[in-house]
Amino acid sequence: MSLARVPLSQPVRVFAVQGSDMAAYRLMEMGFVKGAEVEVIGRAPLGDPLRIRLGDCTLSLRTSEAARVEVRDCA
Amino acid sequence: MSCRCRASDPCAESHDTHNQRPAQLLVRGRPALVALVGNPNTGKTSLFNALTGYRRHVANYPGVTVEAARGPVRGGRRAIELLDLPGTYSLAALSPDEMLVCNVLCGRVSTHPPPDAILAILDASNLHRNFYLLSQLLEVGLPLVIAVNMVDVAAARGIGVDCAQLSLRLGVPVVPVVATRPRTVKPLIEAIEQSLGRPPPTARAELSAALRGALAALDGQMREAEAIRVLLDRDGYAEHQFLAQAGSAERLRQLRAALSAAGIDGSAAEVRARYAWVTRTLDGVITRPHAPLVTWSDRLDQVLTHRVAGVLILAAVLFTVFQSVFAWAVPLMNAIDAGFGRLAVLATAVVPAGVLQSLLCDGLIAGVGGVLVFLPQILILFALIAILEDCGYMARAAYMMDRVMRALGLSGRSFLPLLSSFACAVPAIMGTRTIADRRERFVAILVAPFMSCSARLPVYVLMISAFVPATRYLGGWVSVQGLVMLGMYAVGVLVAVPIAWLLKRTVFAGPAPGFLLELPSYKRPRLRAIWQRMYMAGRGFVVRAGTVILLVNLVVWALGYFPRSAATRVATERRAVTEGWDQPRLQAELAGAYLRDSFLGQMGRAIEPLVKPIGWDWRIGMAVVASFPAREVVVATLGTIYNLGAGQSEQSESLRAAIAHATWPDNSGPVFTLPVALSIMVFFALCAQCASTLVMIGRETRSWLWPAASFLGMSSIAYLAAWATAAAARAAGL
Repeated sequence: MSLARVPLSQPVRVFAVQGSDMAAYRLMEMGFVKGAEVEVIGRAPLGDPLRIRLGDCTLSLRTSEAARVEVRDCA
Repeated sequence: MSCRCRASDPCAESHDTHNQRPAQLLVRGRPALVALVGNPNTGKTSLFNALTGYRRHVANYPGVTVEAARGPVRGGRRAIELLDLPGTYSLAALSPDEMLVCNVLCGRVSTHPPPDAILAILDASNLHRNFYLLSQLLEVGLPLVIAVNMVDVAAARGIGVDCAQLSLRLGVPVVPVVATRPRTVKPLIEAIEQSLGRPPPTARAELSAALRGALAALDGQMREAEAIRVLLDRDGYAEHQFLAQAGSAERLRQLRAALSAAGIDGSAAEVRARYAWVTRTLDGVITRPHAPLVTWSDRLDQVLTHRVAGVLILAAVLFTVFQSVFAWAVPLMNAIDAGFGRLAVLATAVVPAGVLQSLLCDGLIAGVGGVLVFLPQILILFALIAILEDCGYMARAAYMMDRVMRALGLSGRSFLPLLSSFACAVPAIMGTRTIADRRERFVAILVAPFMSCSARLPVYVLMISAFVPATRYLGGWVSVQGLVMLGMYAVGVLVAVPIAWLLKRTVFAGPAPGFLLELPSYKRPRLRAIWQRMYMAGRGFVVRAGTVILLVNLVVWALGYFPRSAATRVATERRAVTEGWDQPRLQAELAGAYLRDSFLGQMGRAIEPLVKPIGWDWRIGMAVVASFPAREVVVATLGTIYNLGAGQSEQSESLRAAIAHATWPDNSGPVFTLPVALSIMVFFALCAQCASTLVMIGRETRSWLWPAASFLGMSSIAYLAAWATAAAARAAGL
């Protein structure tokens, strides 16, 4: 499941980030690594970008970028 | 170690002492240089101010457009100079701007000495991600001190950090601080002093042995941190820099192949390894509440980013910013104008009429006044931007506007600078510093002048009130004149959109690092920090941009003044006698005649063939040329050209009448028809007629290429658009 499709306020865990380009690398550097806990806590007025809690910080992430993040349910 | 000081460096030591080992150097009394490095939003500026007592000097590095700052540390026992480097999440870099931190730390900047120690600042509420950069900083090989900032905010969230345990594990001093409470900063200064001259930390994120071997094989002289970047960041800036400095491409390729074989597929493996180390190191160090507390900051976000309420609040905030720059600045600008006007009057009383008087009044005083008149707008805009940024709302505004800005090929961060451009492009372009992505920043800088600024208003008002019929529709609600005014604003935006798109596709194309923006907790902005930013922005403008703007104004003055031939005066006086003019009329006609015969006037006549296709005569051409340094000059210039004296404004009845009745010399009809008026407005809407803006573009892009390109590009577009407008209007039978 991609992060872009996760419903609001449902905690999930990062499984992988698609791609090996700079954009993917930057996502990983920010903390989108396997096992990291992430939650979509809001959407901008036009639906994009998403407001995301990653670990202890809050980020704004475009849907196109969030689509690269593969997540799994919190077991 | 060879001496890296230049003769002009502010270094008091004789050059002999620099050929000794660092530890001895420090004992000699040269201020130690400590680099302050950390993630954005960690309170780095607050810590810098707390350590230096708000003393801050801009530090410029060659080849980059980001700024760093230096300041002397206050309250220590020895002289320490603190270097505030731009906030960054990682040393990995795609551009010279992003590479700056790594280059400074590894001593790669030839014009500046490398730092003696690193002060790493971390956010106590966010240690996990902050530790990523720390793992890279440990590899730089310099003495390191860690400041864990904002422990009060963390405590409020129920998060506790065991700094003593961290210090044990890392082998470096770890000091909890609250940068906004300067008393907590004293132990940090002591820790820094003690760390100077000590060996660098040995703690490392355990990257694989294969990687460590490859580092040594790459370049024995290079610091670990940089070598890792060269090896692992494919197509990164570190690689580019390595090859540009005669590094062996073949060796790099071989080492990378060896790493691949060992299972290190570049960046992803590094990130995983680092975060694994982070998790291990932080295990048991951080205490958290059982369930995360919902902070007041989160609750505020629910409202401020709400689909309806959030948008309304944003509109209100933006309206306030825009109005403030307009409304609050205007009385101050008028005061400055009046003040300089009075100064000019004083000058005319003191200095006899002639070249000196004109140079003083029309050249110097008008020039300096023309620079200082921007100060109120710059100061107010920067104060508001500083408040919005410091409190954290700016990030939310960028977040909400991102989708809209995407249509321009930009991101949410460009929104406020571009909006401010509607007031004045000069402070708006300065404000693009908040845009981290260099390509996007450049596009925003180049597109900003298309937003119709307040200086274009006089032209619009003059032309519209003289030539656009005052008809109203819908019972007086909708006026044609108002629509045309709105249309002029729209012209700028409509041209800016494809230009931005084109620039983003061609000149500034490149891998988009995406719009990953951190939304920091809301906090109360510090008054003193805001004051400091206002001051630095204002001072930077007056000193750097102001001098060039003044120079340009002086050149234009000279072109409009010389040659003041006796022949012109004699001819005018003869006409005065035959046509019976009184003194004021004679003076006005004389001023007009001198202007017509000046170099500027000659230029106007020379370009008449160029502007004839649009339907302009040489007078309009001359007024346009004269207004290239500052477009608001055009109205006064038109007044002088039509012999009405220089005191005309866009409201003047006499000027309006004069242009309405101006005809071609062969009496083939009026010069100023509606198509001509529209074409003039469109030209002013799109042309780069502001030396101040061009200078600011040059300053922010650190090159003269971009102001030149902007000038040529905008002038060409303006010319074509003016011609097209006139042709279309004529074809439509207007």
